[in-house]
Amino acid sequence: MFDFSVLVDAWRMFLDGLLMTIFLTIVGCSIGTIIGASCAWGSVYGSRWLKLLINIYVEVFRNTPFIVQLFFIFFGLASINLRMGAVAASIFALAINLGAYACEICRAGILATPKGQYEAASSLSLNRFQIFMYVVIPPALARVWPALVSQLIIMLLATSVCSQVSTEELFYVANLISSQTFRSFESLGFVTLLYLLLAMAFRQILFWFGPAFIFGKVKF
Amino acid sequence: MTTFTDWDVIRNLIYSLPWTLGLSLIAFVGGGILGAILLLARLSGNKYVVMLIKGYVQVFQGTPVLMQLFLVYFGIALFGIQTSPLLAATVCYSLYASAFFTEIWHGSVKSIPRGQWEASSSLALTFFQQLRYIIFPVAIRISLPPTIGFMVQIIKNTSLASVIGFVELTRTGQMITNITYEPFFVYGVVSLFYFSICFPISVVGKKLENKYRFIQ
Repeated sequence: MFDFSVLVDAWRMFLDGLLMTIFLTIVGCSIGTIIGASCAWGSVYGSRWLKLLINIYVEVFRNTPFIVQLFFIFFGLASINLRMGAVAASIFALAINLGAYACEICRAGILATPKGQYEAASSLSLNRFQIFMYVVIPPALARVWPALVSQLIIMLLATSVCSQVSTEELFYVANLISSQTFRSFESLGFVTLLYLLLAMAFRQILFWFGPAFIFGKVKF
Repeated sequence: MTTFTDWDVIRNLIYSLPWTLGLSLIAFVGGGILGAILLLARLSGNKYVVMLIKGYVQVFQGTPVLMQLFLVYFGIALFGIQTSPLLAATVCYSLYASAFFTEIWHGSVKSIPRGQWEASSSLALTFFQQLRYIIFPVAIRISLPPTIGFMVQIIKNTSLASVIGFVELTRTGQMITNITYEPFFVYGVVSLFYFSICFPISVVGKKLENKYRFIQ
């Protein structure tokens, strides 16, 4: 009943799709996390207007579906002459969507910083930027790392939606192969398994990567 | 050829709202019932059942919803049953929601101190009496905010059903865009609709979270 040989024949396309998915995830997540951390900074220390603006951004992107955001960016912005390619639009959508969630997550971490830390840092005559970068952010990220990792995994899975604007990632390839060979269950099942393995590997890597490179081995 | 005024666009999008809300409701109720059954099975503590349910949760949390939709869509067809997008979406979202609900609810039950279980069993309450009178009254309050938060996730994720041809808000938006060539306006309105459904629910969720914080 099942015939997996079609998958072997198309290994090259699956590999390309897999690489594209990994590429989208890494670039989208990196930019998104930076947007999130910056917005978190703004929403904790910024002026009233900046706080309001960031709050609106966060609520709008957290309360609308990713696919609609993607369509709005890819089709909607193109219609007012802000054209970008499918991959660029996908990365843009992923980053800006993650930014909203990461902002909420990082904010919780920053707000939990003990007052003594600020006082200690300013008594070392660090300026505001230095305090944020070296004193506030590392332990804040360490505090919320599990939540952030979950969100990044959700982003990895959300890259599949980018196939809807013809970004040639894993799901796009699976769909293409399934409609070319009519072996839908095999190709989709195989790619589902790939996503599952990818998500598990990504989680492991992030739990190693965070302490190793971002916030050091801080214990709480 | 007829022309689409802005009001036509909005009116047609409003017509599609019941489908989005209906599918969300089906997923919420179906997922809730299935999730509760899975939760009871998991709490009963059989090692293999627990392992199986953990695997089930892992699969649904580790794969894209889009993928699950397609697999269910083509998977049901493998059994020789005629699939409609509605059937596939119903099955898929119920399974998907059940996986997340068991995980959320299991977490809240686990967060109740062990002493409560021990105290209640020393009063010779049966397993179901323990759940009914001791564990659930508190666990439900703890789990309410994340459950409502997940409701927003479900509503947003029903938008993906558009890809298998289920005509709801997003799909209607796509179809109207194909006629009017005004994606900026149409997707803007679609976003506004989703926002006005999800935002109030998010606010309620956040309120409850603050209200029940004292329990933990």
